[in-house]
Amino acid sequence: MEIDVNAVYLPSEDVVARKIDDAFILVPIASGVGSMEDELYTLNETGHIIWEGLAPGRRVVDLAKSLAEEYDASEEEIRQDIQGILTELLKLNMIHKDG
Amino acid sequence: MASDYMKTESLGSSASWPGKNSLLPHLDMELTERCNNRCIHCYINQPENDAQLKVRELSTDEIKAIVKDAAGLGCMSIRFTGGEPLLREDFSEIYLFTRRQGIRVTLFTNATLMDEALTDLFVKYPPGSPVEVTLYGMTSDSYEAISLVKGSFAKAMAGIGLLRKKGIPFYVKSIYFKGREADKEAFADFVEKDLSADTPPAFSMNFDLRARRDMPAKVDFIKSLRVSPEESVVALEKYKDAYIKDSRRFARKFMGPAGDRLFNCGCGKGGSVDAYGFFQPCLLLRHPESVYDLKKGSFKQALQVFFPELREKISTNGKYLQRCAGCFLHGFCDQCPAKSWMEHGLLDEPVEYCCELAHAKARFLGLLGDKERAWEVKDWKVRLDRFVTHG
Ligand code: SF4
Ligand code: SF4
Ligand code: SF4
Repeated sequence: MEIDVNAVYLPSEDVVARKIDDAFILVPIASGVGSMEDELYTLNETGHIIWEGLAPGRRVVDLAKSLAEEYDASEEEIRQDIQGILTELLKLNMIHKDG
Repeated sequence: MASDYMKTESLGSSASWPGKNSLLPHLDMELTERCNNRCIHCYINQPENDAQLKVRELSTDEIKAIVKDAAGLGCMSIRFTGGEPLLREDFSEIYLFTRRQGIRVTLFTNATLMDEALTDLFVKYPPGSPVEVTLYGMTSDSYEAISLVKGSFAKAMAGIGLLRKKGIPFYVKSIYFKGREADKEAFADFVEKDLSADTPPAFSMNFDLRARRDMPAKVDFIKSLRVSPEESVVALEKYKDAYIKDSRRFARKFMGPAGDRLFNCGCGKGGSVDAYGFFQPCLLLRHPESVYDLKKGSFKQALQVFFPELREKISTNGKYLQRCAGCFLHGFCDQCPAKSWMEHGLLDEPVEYCCELAHAKARFLGLLGDKERAWEVKDWKVRLDRFVTHG
């Protein structure tokens, strides 16, 4: 599944994002979301920042740009990170392409 | 699945988040004490249509606020029990709200009110833990001799049928007391053949007395239903090897005299919210001194101050100090503040039934001689060592 850098991706309504202790976790709550009902996912720092950055109207390229301004990394590097995690999340139906 | 960005965590059989610092990893919630069955052995049930109790129960919004607070403290799983939790008309709403907090749900139910709409909801939003159904008999006669409600057996079986049809994971357990041998066999058969369960059939048979210490006539009746300690041991015979293996593991960790402290269990490290908003240190313990009014305080206060203080309590009861405090079966025996409360209205009165049961089981395991009393045994360390290493 290819990630389209000019598209907007949004979190599924059926994933609950929670912060517990110092961990940021995603809990899928509906059938067909995530790989198994009783599993949950912890995101690392990069994953967390990207997840929080998903918003209506914000394309992958826009997100990469704004994160590059905020963090000490090139836009290209960040875009690759975003594509990496979005590919995984899309496979698990935890995000969807908007529109 | 693991990658640079994301790691799968399985909660597996553990109810809670594997993280270290959650204040409230798991919560029990009794949504109502009312039930549409009237089981003769029940420790909690109140009449289905008791209007006075119904108005005292927490409202939908109050329950949601409690669930939300629990989520804020790291809660990963809630067990909804009762009474019959499905009697609440807002059950689906509460359920979905809880799942939307990222909390998984274990439902304890008699399944009689399970319907298409609820099972469809469970298909779409799986509870995350198997539903736990108690089935009180295998024919309408045997079931309804317990539930005292005509037609309840058919409804329970229809509820179980719906869970099966829709592929919703569930367990079924039953109860046993003397005179119900045929039913016991039929249930074991049902679990093994019809449900293809891979665990042995589960029966409760050492019934608890009334948790609110109400209905004295019923209390006497429940006592009369309890399987005698000797019979309990006979029931173990069939699964002897597994029982011995389990007991060894348990003995290594938990057995030995506990001294004068009352609480040596997990009581108060989590807890159970009753139908009216009182936070108990566990599902069974309702001694007025041990419950905390959530309407006047917070989970945090209860878990950080009120329960820790309770857990420091030491016994001043001579009988307890003479027996339980120095008894090496402590931990193995069911004697605990909650049992003591239900039997005697105190936190630390030895419960004879638990005591006899523990003695019978300890004899079965070879830890005690025929006439010995556990609290008088001096060489308990040697016995436990021998048992743990080679039985
Ligand atoms: S179904 Fe359960 S809660 Fe209801 S009366 Fe029977 S044992 Fe009690
Ligand atoms: S039932 Fe007894 S042993 Fe269990 S948590 Fe409550 S007080 Fe402790
Ligand atoms: S076996 Fe008897 S004396 Fe020992 S802890 Fe249990 S109730 Fe107390």
